[in-house]
Amino acid sequence: MARMKFLCDADRCIECNACATACKNEHDVPWGINRRRVITLNDGKPGERSVSMACMHCTNAPCAAVCPVDCFFTTADAVVLHSKDLCIGCGYCFYACPFGAPQYPRVGNFGSRGKMDKCTYCAGGPEADNSPAEYAKYGRNRLAEGKLPLCAEMCSTKSLLAGDGEIIAQIYKERVRQRGYGSGAWGWQTAYRESVAT
Amino acid sequence: MNLRRVLGLIVFSLAVTVLPAGAQHGQDAAPPAQTGSPNAANPTADSANEQRLLQEMRKLQGRVTIPDYKAATLEQPQGRDYQWFHERFLPWASGILIAAMILALAVFYFTRGRIMLEDSPESGIKIQRFNVIERLTHWMTATSFIVLALTGLNYFFGKRVLFPLIGPDAFSTWSHWAKLAHNTFAWPFIAGILVMIVTWVRDNIPDRYDWRWLKEFGGFISNTHPPARRFNAGQKMIFWSVVVFGLALATTGIIMLFPFWTLDINGMQWAQYVHSSAAAILIAVIIAHIYIGTLGMEGAYEAMGSGEVDLGWARAHHSEWVKELHRVGVPPVRNVNTMPAE
Repeated sequence: MARMKFLCDADRCIECNACATACKNEHDVPWGINRRRVITLNDGKPGERSVSMACMHCTNAPCAAVCPVDCFFTTADAVVLHSKDLCIGCGYCFYACPFGAPQYPRVGNFGSRGKMDKCTYCAGGPEADNSPAEYAKYGRNRLAEGKLPLCAEMCSTKSLLAGDGEIIAQIYKERVRQRGYGSGAWGWQTAYRESVAT
Repeated sequence: MNLRRVLGLIVFSLAVTVLPAGAQHGQDAAPPAQTGSPNAANPTADSANEQRLLQEMRKLQGRVTIPDYKAATLEQPQGRDYQWFHERFLPWASGILIAAMILALAVFYFTRGRIMLEDSPESGIKIQRFNVIERLTHWMTATSFIVLALTGLNYFFGKRVLFPLIGPDAFSTWSHWAKLAHNTFAWPFIAGILVMIVTWVRDNIPDRYDWRWLKEFGGFISNTHPPARRFNAGQKMIFWSVVVFGLALATTGIIMLFPFWTLDINGMQWAQYVHSSAAAILIAVIIAHIYIGTLGMEGAYEAMGSGEVDLGWARAHHSEWVKELHRVGVPPVRNVNTMPAE
């Protein structure tokens, strides 16, 4: 089985935000919920760099560890998913997530956040693959159709890579070798306790 | 001439279109000259670098085009620290602390036993120790605290203890209601803490009797009764624990009820560190308080139950307080000895 990961080649990201838009459209994500977003560091200054970020589907995922009702599960492809039926909206996963991935439909006053929503790696939830119930809660299940996450699939500069960790790391290493430089796999050390040697 | 020009154009255009394509696919395409020394021609050598930024600022923050400043945090490795605290440190530390307190009280109960009133027989004269406001405040705070403690412990012990017994669906439903209860009972608890501070702070300022009380450990072991005013040093320790940890719980609790209102992600994590640590300590303290107020000492419960205590008990445990009452001439509530037989 594959070990699915995301890798954002920050030297290629042009901050077009198409990944975020594609995600919203593919899954009918409600207003205010951002499963993926592009963050620009040093915006407008020398050394500016943009990175597309969503759930990294961590190894030993902090969100799953701190969840008081154990609503998370990891698929055979190492995708971290959760059950909205079990979620109580406590917000702990957002405190634990190193990448700000968990989202809530409401502002959390008096603990009324609603059910958590996050990137599913286009792999839906615990319901039957691509059932109406799964689509309503988690969006489309592209992985079940043999497709990779849409954000990476339609990235115009192929900055965002999705797929088996070893394969996308190999693609990235080859790129770095060809062009002679690379800023590394952003977030990998925190998410997977390993980086891509280049 | 024309033919040569046409052929030349064809060859040229072919070269223009085909050769770069061949260069892209061919194995013999020369690698960029800078491969050997990457920094020499790295256009982004001076750009934001993950490891460097993490070392300098501990987390990565930038700008986003969505109106949610929380989304501008690219990476906060402190989430892993939060995971360690929540899943390793907190369950072990609080579990050991609370278990050690219960064990210590059990050992005390089975070696020393209940503290009885043999040396201060009931006089039949009842005096008021806590008025109705004080008792109402105490029991409102106490009820809230027990609800808060149980629903609070559920946040990290629930999935380890209750979840395996009742299954995911029932546990999720219970935890949902427990969360709402935790958020609701916070308010009477905070109100109770504030009223208790105003009502009792005067009698809880350390005085000259406290040192002796502490040295003799309140007479719990030696079976003596060191003098005390309205509250002895042990009760003062309970009071100040409730004040300090209760206020810490109230402050951090309100911060968590309005997340990201004043603090950022790391501030929210620290609010939880303080909240859960203070809660674990206060739960241990209150277990001791409940023990000594009920099972541990004869006659102690009445003080907060009916609000009236026997003069004999008061003389034994709060000798200086009784003297003060006599000095100002507070009359006893009732004298059982002179009550008419019905």
